[in-house]
Amino acid sequence: MDMADKDATGLLAALATGIRSGGVEAVDLTHTLSPDFPVMVLPPELGQCQPFRIEEVSRYDDRGPGWYWNNISMSEHAGTHFDAPAHWISGRNLPRGTVDELPFEKLIAPAVVLDFSAESRADEDFLLTRGHIEAWEAENGRIEPGCWALFRTDWSKHLGTAKYLNLREDGAHSPGPDASAMEFLVKERDIIGFGTETIGTDCGQGNHMSPPYPAHFILHGNGRYGLQCLAALDRLPARGAIVFAAPLKILHGSGSPLRVFALVPAGTGKE
Amino acid sequence: MTEPIARPPKKDPQKVTRPPELPPVQRSRAALAMSAAAARGVFALQKCAACGEIAYPPRDACPKCLSQQLAFEPGADGGEVIAETTIRTSTDLYFRQRMPWRIGTVRLDCGPSVVAHLHGDVTLPSRVRMISKLDKSGNAVLMALPERETENMADDPELRELTASPKFRRVLVTDGRSAVGQAAAAALSKAGASIIFVGIAEPWKPYPGQERLAAIPNVQIMELDLTDTISVRELSGEIGGKTDIIVNTADHVRPGGLLAQGNLVTARDSFDVNVFGLQRLAQAFGPGMRARGADGTNSAAAFVDILPVHALANTPDFGFYSASAAARHSLLQCLRAELRPGGVRVMSVFTGPVEDDWRQHVPPPKVSPGKIAEAVIAALSGGIEESFVGDVARDVAARFLDNPKVLERELGL
Repeated sequence: MDMADKDATGLLAALATGIRSGGVEAVDLTHTLSPDFPVMVLPPELGQCQPFRIEEVSRYDDRGPGWYWNNISMSEHAGTHFDAPAHWISGRNLPRGTVDELPFEKLIAPAVVLDFSAESRADEDFLLTRGHIEAWEAENGRIEPGCWALFRTDWSKHLGTAKYLNLREDGAHSPGPDASAMEFLVKERDIIGFGTETIGTDCGQGNHMSPPYPAHFILHGNGRYGLQCLAALDRLPARGAIVFAAPLKILHGSGSPLRVFALVPAGTGKE
Repeated sequence: MTEPIARPPKKDPQKVTRPPELPPVQRSRAALAMSAAAARGVFALQKCAACGEIAYPPRDACPKCLSQQLAFEPGADGGEVIAETTIRTSTDLYFRQRMPWRIGTVRLDCGPSVVAHLHGDVTLPSRVRMISKLDKSGNAVLMALPERETENMADDPELRELTASPKFRRVLVTDGRSAVGQAAAAALSKAGASIIFVGIAEPWKPYPGQERLAAIPNVQIMELDLTDTISVRELSGEIGGKTDIIVNTADHVRPGGLLAQGNLVTARDSFDVNVFGLQRLAQAFGPGMRARGADGTNSAAAFVDILPVHALANTPDFGFYSASAAARHSLLQCLRAELRPGGVRVMSVFTGPVEDDWRQHVPPPKVSPGKIAEAVIAALSGGIEESFVGDVARDVAARFLDNPKVLERELGL
């Protein structure tokens, strides 16, 4: 066993000890998959995103005396979920762009949490720009390559109310990034992906921006990933969390619901 | 004049709910043809093709010339009561629960004298108007009504046994997002339903008519998504014990045939609402309704489904939608047999193309949601098992009865 192996063994042992003794805290960033979790709303003549559904197969009864289980069905993009590059037309020709092929080891990565919850509270159509991120960096330090950028809006707290989708006749209204923010994060900071608390990585009015759905278009066009419908971002520190975000290994899949969680130094997460 | 029925008191939790009993079930095949006519609200009697004799009760050979060419035809419904009696006791379980019961002999203008149920407002002797209605067993019975409308006529207890009147009943309208659902809720409110529960799926999505719907007297908005088993179960857990009538207005309509590229997702969505939605609804509410079929003035009475007439024959421009309607029609036949032991009626309201967003490219005549709502009330008030709303529905039904294979070619041209 060489030094590097010994170091790694020690590192993992320390991590295990930390998790067990409470020095390292695991924070679940996932909402419960339930039938009443809203999905993306698109014009009805287009193909529709199927919400989560569950049918009981047996529950210790005549259909199966000793066991309980269900059949579930849903869109790849229902509940807290992961978007792979192939989800968007801009990423359609990239290698390893589907969930079964993507380099999943890269998905275990440090995260920065861009807290714009106050701004999102004040403006339901709040747009995150390059300027906002630069101001954040001035305070919190530079975003390092390969990390997740998580956009905290506290929008997850609206789940269960009409405000979560915030649908009106002119479409949904919820915060999101503009193209300048995405170009900056992807091309100048080399993030692995972008995560949000809203129904998509884009803002509610994303279709009317340039390019339409800038987060989807720029992230996936550059082989980056999306996480959406995240929970509990308010429990993560601005820096120092490690996020585990591996989607299901679906053949040629464009994304998947997942159990996404973060490890944080205990006590650093804001309650 | 009939004593108007009173608003039923709240249910006494200490009393055993009256179990549903049925009037005599067995009928000859000939008599079932009379029931089939009554199911569509038609007073029909057998007429001999050879000698023109009108025969009643239904039989296999003409009582006058012994010809077997006896076909049911809509008949003249006038007559005169010539005798009456009131039955005060019976060994029959159904009638024992409902004593006293008035019956009489009516000499029909078209020939035969018949024994019939007598409406309370029929005096003796007098001219009467005959109706042929399905009883709780689903068999045609004859009833004599006063020739002219009387006050509170529909409240007669014998007549009420032959209908599913919404008056004082609690109704669930399954989809209030659609114009049909909203029109049905308004019509039921007007017809005297005491509560109209209106199901709304995905309440976080606004919909047209939302405020108008909520403002209809006695409407209560409930969360209900027929594609979600848990949602249907939860609602039945809440209101299943006091749902007397269900009006299923949910309908997933999409144009397109079988060969349309990649429409499996849409096809599945159609079946999930139109077929499995009906199944979820029936499974959650059906057993409870069947047990409450004789529970007083607001007993469980009917399960109404509004479906396209292309359930009978496929129209390829809405190929998959027609297929889901055919499955729905078939399940309604099943449900009809399964709810009958409780005296709960299953009513199919077949419509022509509805005036809505999905059928903008379909040429008129189209059916307005208001007309469908009227047909629902007419079906409930008249005890009509199969009704057809709009010219297209009536035409398709007539051609279906005439020759289904010809109809298939006509629709597929």
